[in-house]
Amino acid sequence: MTASRKGRAGLPAPAGPWLTTRFDRMLGWARKFSLFHYPFITACCGMEYMSTACAHFDLDRFGAGLTRFSPRQSDLIIVVGTVTHKLAPVLKMVYEQMTEPKWVVAFGACAVSGGIYDNYAVVQGIDTVIPVDLYIPGCPPRPETVLDGLIKLQEKIQGGKQDWRWKTGRS
Amino acid sequence: MTTRLQRTAREESLLINMGPSHPAMHGTIRIMLELDGETIIDSEVEIGYLHRGFEKTCENKTWFSLLPYTDRLNYVSPLINNLGYALTMEKMMGVEAPERAQFIRVIMSEVSRLSDHLTCLAAMAMECGAFTVFLYNMKAREFLWDVIEWTTGARMTASYIRIGGVRADLHPDFRSHLKKAGEETRRVLKDVRGLLDNNPIFLGRTRGIAPISAETAVSYGWTGPCLRSTGISYDVRKAHPYCAYDRLDFEVPVGDRGDNFDRYQVRMKEMEQSLRIIEQAASLMPAGPTAIDPGWSEGREIEPAEAISGSRTRKRRERIRLSPNLEGSDKIRYPGILAAAAGRVIPPKEDVYTTIEGLISHFKFFMTGHGIRPPKGEAYFSVEGGNGELGFYIVSDGTDKPYRLHLRAPCFHIVSALEDLIRGRFLADVIPTFGSLNMIGGELDR
Amino acid sequence: MEDGTILTELKDRFPGLVLEASAPLGDPTAVIEKNGLVEIARFLRAEPQGFGLLLDLTCVDFRGERPRFELVYHFYSLARRSRLRIKARTGEEEAWVDSLTPLWKNAAWLEREVFDMFGIRFQGHPDLRRILMYDGFDGHPLRKDYPLRRRQPRLPVRE
Repeated sequence: MTASRKGRAGLPAPAGPWLTTRFDRMLGWARKFSLFHYPFITACCGMEYMSTACAHFDLDRFGAGLTRFSPRQSDLIIVVGTVTHKLAPVLKMVYEQMTEPKWVVAFGACAVSGGIYDNYAVVQGIDTVIPVDLYIPGCPPRPETVLDGLIKLQEKIQGGKQDWRWKTGRS
Repeated sequence: MTTRLQRTAREESLLINMGPSHPAMHGTIRIMLELDGETIIDSEVEIGYLHRGFEKTCENKTWFSLLPYTDRLNYVSPLINNLGYALTMEKMMGVEAPERAQFIRVIMSEVSRLSDHLTCLAAMAMECGAFTVFLYNMKAREFLWDVIEWTTGARMTASYIRIGGVRADLHPDFRSHLKKAGEETRRVLKDVRGLLDNNPIFLGRTRGIAPISAETAVSYGWTGPCLRSTGISYDVRKAHPYCAYDRLDFEVPVGDRGDNFDRYQVRMKEMEQSLRIIEQAASLMPAGPTAIDPGWSEGREIEPAEAISGSRTRKRRERIRLSPNLEGSDKIRYPGILAAAAGRVIPPKEDVYTTIEGLISHFKFFMTGHGIRPPKGEAYFSVEGGNGELGFYIVSDGTDKPYRLHLRAPCFHIVSALEDLIRGRFLADVIPTFGSLNMIGGELDR
Repeated sequence: MEDGTILTELKDRFPGLVLEASAPLGDPTAVIEKNGLVEIARFLRAEPQGFGLLLDLTCVDFRGERPRFELVYHFYSLARRSRLRIKARTGEEEAWVDSLTPLWKNAAWLEREVFDMFGIRFQGHPDLRRILMYDGFDGHPLRKDYPLRRRQPRLPVRE
């Protein structure tokens, strides 16, 4: 019953009695296939994001087709493109406005690590501002890379311990 | 941090922020509005959220290695930025690319311009509610990007157009890809016209909204489709032709009122003209060098490793089977794609790995302190970008790094007029107006 | 090739202000005294010269030389289809120039950018403040003595 048991995707399976782990799995399944994402688009990667979302490569078949342009209504923020120091407080504010459970995807080399811009204006990776769950490298990443990353994120969501705060009533 | 609007706004008006993280998918720009009900009394546009320090970064990179940074400027039409930079450098150094390369550059530029206009109109229409137009335009864009990808290897930011020519020759199936892309784009344009041209909702949102007179547009420094929608026919491709544009027959569409609808129409007509240009260029393009060098042994192709080890004893004359990454840039194609300017272009890989002269010229090209070193001086050259006159102003001090590299960004001037355009309009008018201006963050903020 | 007749017109009209007029690489260029800027600009904009488009305004930092900054203006005439480059030097101690905002509307933003990046003030500009960098940023990034990687983050760096 310890955390050393490995579930899917190699992540430690939620430990606990059988019923709650089934419930965890079901909740994970529901959450991973209904990701409402908030595309925080800044730069060139936005073009590849648009390609991924549209008919040719299609994000919708993964359940992540609906873009919610409000942080309150979304559970996944995809930071697409370069984040500058001028924009960093805005990103942090948007992240803090999102409700739990939430995940963060760093899309593109600039969001992952600052990319080819190592200068006075660019944040060297958004993980210096907000915690990141998935890094998609590429400049810009091909849509197939994005979809592969999305699948990995879905496995992470499925395999991780789910957030039950609404059930227990404890704040 | 109080903004100008906060200081000048009236007591009873509503201050609203259309903040940097914008659903209107144009990148990051902040428009602060002072509203009286739905009418905009005053506004303030704040830019700089995508200022990535392009000009300062370029002062620290060699002339050749800063090419990928130019891709990321106007990222919807990246090859046009490459072209602008390459042409400015060629002007400075007195290098001229070969004929075939000029035509290839024209085709790639026009494919990029098509992708720029498609994206602009897709976003503008989507924000007005016409989501289908967005999907159709993205579909056509995929086929155009296929054309770029088969030749350059990358869909978007290709760094393909180099100083002295282009990186690689066209893919053997280029014409069929181009034909397919042309068909799909024409179909999409016809469908979009059917959906939007006589659509009362779209007309209501764009016709007569945010007009600008020709004098005001010139005073704001507008160029490109936005200026042409006011009636002034200024196109850098016609006024100061570069590459092979003087040999091609195309029209420059103009509008008359300078409102959103005219900007949309000018872009649609320009796309049709771009397709015309592409077809003409593809047919007028001189054929690539196909004659086999008589010194080369017929037929037999050897592996690179064999060629390298064999070259230690004697000069190899067989064709070398290069890796797929180098497809199109084998030595035989060089006369067609790159100028024979020693020290300014990368020597062919066959020479680099089998001859000592090739190796030395390769090293000298890439080593810092050596490589491309234009003479001391300055130059300004402009090309017709998706938004207007895209100019590069370069100051060189004779070393291997630029002393100053400045981009004349067309949408900087266009967006500077936004505050005037939306004054007195409704809040909902901001969306199609801003969409029709085609602001690209990478170019605006550099 | 650009039409270089405007250079002779400038030299005839403003002999004291035009220091140098040449056409390197085919671009007509005139170096002028900075106090004659508005007068020359007004002359260029009027008919029949007709340089109605202010294409670009930028600055080059010649660190080590005196005067240090060189402002570069690019004008375009739609009627003549020709370009003109005007350059004016200003020193570090008196880094100010007259503003061209009464003549061209895009001069407002262009001058704000030069102020932001180089620190040159423009007399008569209605609203001279930073445009690309944020409030609280110290220094002028494109000056040669500003290091490339000197970051001034607005948020504490985590991890």
